[in-house]
Formats: sequence, C-alpha cells, structure tokens
Amino acid sequence: MEQQLRTILDETAGLSVPASEIGEDQDLFALGLTSFATVTVMLAIEDGFDIEFPDQLLNRTTFRTVGTLMGAIRELHGDGLAA
Amino acid sequence: MLHDPGRLTTAKEGAVARAAAVAAAHAEAVDRDARFPAEGIDALKAEGLLGAMVPRALGGHGATLAEIAGQCQRLGEACAATAMIFAMHQIQVACVVSHGLGTAWFEALARRIAGDQLLVASITSEVGIGGDMRSSLCAIERSGERFTLSKQGPTISYGAEADLFLATARAHGDAPASDQRLVAIPRDGCRMSLIGEWNAMGMRGTCSTGFVVEAEGDAAQILPAPFAEIAAETMTPVSHLLWGGVWTGIAAEALTRARRFLRAKARGQAAVPGAGASRLMAAIGLIESAQARLAVLLAAFDATHALGSDRAIVPTEDGGWPVGLACATTLNMLKHDVATLCHQAVLEAMLVCGMAGYRNGGAHSVARHLRDILSAQLMIGNDRIAATTGPMLVAQRAPLGRL
Repeated sequence: MEQQLRTILDETAGLSVPASEIGEDQDLFALGLTSFATVTVMLAIEDGFDIEFPDQLLNRTTFRTVGTLMGAIRELHGDGLAA
Repeated sequence: MLHDPGRLTTAKEGAVARAAAVAAAHAEAVDRDARFPAEGIDALKAEGLLGAMVPRALGGHGATLAEIAGQCQRLGEACAATAMIFAMHQIQVACVVSHGLGTAWFEALARRIAGDQLLVASITSEVGIGGDMRSSLCAIERSGERFTLSKQGPTISYGAEADLFLATARAHGDAPASDQRLVAIPRDGCRMSLIGEWNAMGMRGTCSTGFVVEAEGDAAQILPAPFAEIAAETMTPVSHLLWGGVWTGIAAEALTRARRFLRAKARGQAAVPGAGASRLMAAIGLIESAQARLAVLLAAFDATHALGSDRAIVPTEDGGWPVGLACATTLNMLKHDVATLCHQAVLEAMLVCGMAGYRNGGAHSVARHLRDILSAQLMIGNDRIAATTGPMLVAQRAPLGRL
C-alpha cells in the first residue's frame, strides 16, 4: 500500500523530490505540498484505495507525512490490509 | 452593529468615532491627491487604536476581532484608505499576538506597537509570483544568529510610512516555494528603494507602491511557526473578516447617502419616491446579508481565538469555527461574497442618487465609494478564489446549509 501511496504522491503532489526518497516522517509541506494540492492528492488516494476521506481528516495533520497518510489510509480501509 | 454592545469596550469611549471624524474630513483630499491619510492615522494613534488588539497585559486594549471589525467599519464609512490601512495593520498585529508572544523579541514588539503606536505593514506579494501569498521566490539567508533578506515587493501598502514590516520568504535557500516563514523587519533594519507609483481608480490613499527591500537582522525576528500555519490560522481569516468590515462600512456610507437623498426628495414632493426606495431596500438587504455572515464568523473566531489575551476560549470544534479544509473554503467564500455584495450595494446607491451620486463631491456623491469598493473583488482576486475554492468544496462531504 505504501508504494501505491508514493506513486500517487509522485503523480499529484508536486513535491520537490521523488517520493521514493522521502522518509516516513518527513514534512511534506516543507517539500512543497500546498493545501490546494492536498485536494488532488486526496482524490487520487480515494480513487486508488477505494476509500472515502471524512471531513474531519481533511486537515494538515493527516497530510503532513507519508506516515500520517498511511495511518489514515489503513484506518479507512478498516480490514487491516497488509502494507 | 458588528460587536456585542453588552461587552465592555476596552478602548476609550468614542475613540473610533473621533478618529473617523478626522478621517472623513480629509477623505476627499486623500482620494484626489492619492496621498497617505496622515490626519486619520494620527488620530488613530492619538486614541491608542493601533494597539487596540495588543493584550492589556502588554499595554494594548485587548480588543476582540469583532470590536476591531466594528472599528474598521466605522472608519470605512469615513475614508476607505484610512480604514484599509487600519485593517491591514491589525492583520499584522494579529499574527504577532497569535504566533509571537512565546518569544521575547515579539513580546517586546507587541508592547512597542501599543506603547509607541507603531504602524505595521505587510510584504507578501513578490515580483515574479503574482497574487499567490503562499509562494515565495526570495529566501531568508541565515548566518549564525543573523539573517539577510532581499525581496522585490510590487505592492506594499503604506510602505513609505510604516515603522515595521512582516515579510514572507522561503525558510532558507533550498526551501521549496511554499515552505515559508514570516519575518519582522523594522524600518531601520532595511534599505528600501521605490518601484513605480500608486495611481489607481480607488483606495488611492493606501499608497500601495512597490519597493525593493534589503533587510538584515536577528534570527529572533523570524516567527518560528511555518507561514502556512500562520496564514491558515490567523492571517487569512483575520484579513477576510477585517476587510469585510471595511467594505461593509464603505457600502453603508453609500447607502446612508442614498437614503438621505431620498429623504430630501420626499420633502420636496411630500412623498418618498417609490422606485428609489425599493432599490434602497434591496441594497440594504445586500449589506445585511454581508453583515450577518461576518457577524457569525466574528463571534466564532472570538469564541475560539484569544489573540494572545487571557480571554476564556473554547476549542475550535466547540465554538463553531470551521476546521481543516472547511476553514479555508468558508473564509474564502466569505471574502468572495462580501466583496461582491458590497459592490452591488454601492452601485445601487449610485442608481438611487442618479447624477447627484455620479458627481464628484457633494452630500450625495458616491463616486469615491464605488471606485473604492471595486478594489474588493481584486484583493485577492475573486476569480483566483473561485478557481481554488471550488475544488476544495467538491472534496468535502459535510451537509450544506444546516441551521
């Protein structure tokens, strides 16, 4: 799942480095993620993982790192799909 | 009224009314000559109002945002340039008191803003960037505990008169465009070279000329929080709410003149002109709508943000303040809509007053008001707001329009 997320970031996030080089806890906003881009990233994640983001997860905390995004995706997937 | 009349006013009684009267007396000259409204700003300083938002413990009035917005509105009725300068100054003060009071340098700055009535300006726009506040080309260059910054700002309102600037820049030389910090630059810490002149159809007294700014200072002058946080939590919401105060003030004065015009006409004819009065009703309805949206959000802001004071506040979710993406979309829509509503209202006022409204000068002229209110749809561009806010609304799922 994490590889799928990194592919989505490469395609939609507009970051200054390739997603493969980003650490789990590295601040994505410091790498160029804008709040406007988070909308595109979110829609791509919803599409790619077949999940729905509730409004309470639409904030900077969720999108801050690869780690926090994976946490949200796993929580929304619900069935504990292996990473 | 935008503020709660039951709340104890911390400013002196009648302070803003006195300052507004001075501003009104010079409004036509300020507009005609596109000059800084020195008299109105000096009157605000004399009343201590530039320090209104600074907490009382630091020498200010500890005013709520609703009180400041009400002051913006009273000033907007008198002179749009004075009001907008006051609003822009308070937006910067809001950033200082909301994000800086944990550090000695910014606490001392807050005291000076109140004690010395410092006028604070903003350098967010940048040559080569356009209107996107969340993007910078220039970068803070650090050298130990010192920094230097060189920025070309095409539009620095009252840049020639401000005592201190808050400027955005990339956090360091390798930072991406959106990884920004906000840095405080006192006038004596920079060299400024003028670029061009300010000669616009309205807001002529804001003197929004460009400058090349070469600054240096102490690392302590850099606000530690990422500018993304400062912008989302404070600068953008406070900007949209205080600008709304200014704009509804401009519209209110235009409609007051239209009402006065109809009353004068009625005396001559022993009856109120029907068509004009109906148009006035529709126009007043427009600013009532704008006021209502502002009042709800101002109350929610003050319930959830202390602006550095010791006021009791509640968590944002409990105080009705929107969170996450909804905060951005709600505040963007507010700005977009209030700008349009106020423009429509002033236009209606001109249609009521006819030639008397179209003329420059005279008791029923609303020409300056129309020119001034047209700026509202351009700062920040309403089209830009719609282009970014639309998709952000599509991403949300919360129920719409619930009471």
